[in-house]
Amino acid sequence: MIFKVFAKEELRSFFDTLASSNKVVGPVGIGKDRHGDTLFAFEDVDRFGDLRLDYTTTRLPAKRFFLPFRESMASFSLEKGDWKKDISYNIDRPHIFFGLHPCDINALNKLDKVLLGSAYPMPYYAVKRKNMFIIGIDCTPQPYCFCRSMGSDTALHGFDMFLTDLGDRYFVEILSDSAYNLLKNIRTSDPVEGDHVHYMKVVSEKTRKFVTRVDTTDLTKILDMEFQSDVWKQWGDRCLGCGTCANVCPTCYCYNVDESVDISLQRATKDKMLYSCTVIDFAQVAGGHNFRPERHSRLKYRYYHKHRGFVEAYEESLCVGCGRCGESCLAGITVPEVIASVRGEEV
Amino acid sequence: MENRLAFNDVVDPKHHRKNDLGFFEYTYKAEITSIHRLTGMENLYRIQIVNPEDRKSFTFQPGQFLMLELPGIGEAPFSISSSPSRHGDVELCIRKAGNLTNFLARVPRGAKVGIRGPFGTSFPMEKMYGQNLFLIAGGLGLAPLRSAISYVQENRSHFNNVDIIYGTKEPSQLLFTYQYDLWTADDITLSITVDKPDPSWKGEVGLITGILERIFSERDDSFFKNTYAIVCGPPVMFKFVCNMLTQKDIPMEKMFVSLERRMHCGMGKCCRCNVGSTYTCLKGPVFDYWTVMNLKEAI
Repeated sequence: MIFKVFAKEELRSFFDTLASSNKVVGPVGIGKDRHGDTLFAFEDVDRFGDLRLDYTTTRLPAKRFFLPFRESMASFSLEKGDWKKDISYNIDRPHIFFGLHPCDINALNKLDKVLLGSAYPMPYYAVKRKNMFIIGIDCTPQPYCFCRSMGSDTALHGFDMFLTDLGDRYFVEILSDSAYNLLKNIRTSDPVEGDHVHYMKVVSEKTRKFVTRVDTTDLTKILDMEFQSDVWKQWGDRCLGCGTCANVCPTCYCYNVDESVDISLQRATKDKMLYSCTVIDFAQVAGGHNFRPERHSRLKYRYYHKHRGFVEAYEESLCVGCGRCGESCLAGITVPEVIASVRGEEV
Repeated sequence: MENRLAFNDVVDPKHHRKNDLGFFEYTYKAEITSIHRLTGMENLYRIQIVNPEDRKSFTFQPGQFLMLELPGIGEAPFSISSSPSRHGDVELCIRKAGNLTNFLARVPRGAKVGIRGPFGTSFPMEKMYGQNLFLIAGGLGLAPLRSAISYVQENRSHFNNVDIIYGTKEPSQLLFTYQYDLWTADDITLSITVDKPDPSWKGEVGLITGILERIFSERDDSFFKNTYAIVCGPPVMFKFVCNMLTQKDIPMEKMFVSLERRMHCGMGKCCRCNVGSTYTCLKGPVFDYWTVMNLKEAI
């Protein structure tokens, strides 16, 4: 791994080099919430001044750029009793992601496992994912962050370069050849011993700031043992089944497929639309049978998929601990509280 | 920045490799060559892949399913009911249950549909060579089972004693009635039961478990040492049947069941078919009963 350091003011010219010929996505402020705190979102950014690299957590993850809420999978031209299917993978030009936190980078790594690494890689995701240039940036843990418990407070791979703020300069970790070459456009230097010490100090300070923890010890077994537990019913009674948690989750990829015929009856489209396992008809089959008709069974399934099934398949949880679902939940259901109660701890 | 994905190198629309991105939405064009009305609710559709080469190279195993696409209407998973030796000239036994199947019931012969697949796991027929076989179906469960029955008929010498046990609610719901004589002609014992007989019904009445009890009393215990079972039907039915079979010390790993779930992709992406947290489309639809016992929510 190659490390460099560069003065903070160099970042502006680095941004300008990238933005001059590429589409850049980064965190920007989009308004205030009811407490007067700034709301952040990942948007297209043209000017360096709009970037808010000091952002806390965006309400919505960056997934709309690689798993859009609604996306066309194919279209059909229909002619008397016959049809022709045109499959488009919606290939876009490369996107620069400027300033993703480790949780969001880890979310991509997890998505890669299921969407790219499995028996049937998904082209719609692949074309966007392969065309991402990711600049990660270190963060300050918020009260709702439990990424450290989920092992995703640091990103080991899945980015091109990663910045850590050392006060007057950035410490940069370079993972890709293209990042290395792009950095030739600005003045960088090799880190000296003092930079290493400073970096380690910043990291250990960050680690101390985590206040929320989730105990994942033996969690897969505990989830199995407590499958019939009353706590699921209690959380289920609070759950509204609205699907917000899946919408704001950086790793939720479930979808629905919808086909519709155009009014001329000459064309039809096949769209994929992100879905949520807490929505009532998620597991309903033709004929009306619903495998998970109650809210608590759907909420339980959600935790099962994230914290048990994915662990079974990939040795890691599908949750990165970003805390977005808990922050956005209209009923105030948070992952640390649900897991603690399933473990029989007081909440 | 250069486009990082040499996509044209990756996608080959005429792929047959599973790791190929082009496989994902690839649809074989197929024609409905005949529609056979089995009951008031179920039709048997014979569907042929149009391109002769693709038809030949389309191979599947009994128990696997495919995604049937009606452009503009939707796509749904169906178990293949025909023999694997017929390749891409498949038969699907479909009940009118939802939007797609009700539309399909009005589609004329000759209509062009799409097929993706085949997907999922299958009944391990070769493992069962030399063994006794229970093929047990309740209701529409005969649809996936028929593929295994055809396989047994075509490879009859590989199997020892074969019993088909089939039950429905009413005599009018019996599927594939025209094939019963052909099955028994191949030295397969066929037992049929209905729950609610009509006046003309002369056969057995009651649940499948009743027939099993009769068979159990007729055979000695050594018979069950070399026995496999395939059970297709509603979860409540295969639960009772498999529990009865375990009483005869048939290992749960020698019983196979087929699960039904909602599916949109068939390839372990959309998550709609998850049972507990297992993808029915990848690890199933055919599971051994031991696995099903360990899946939360499966039964």
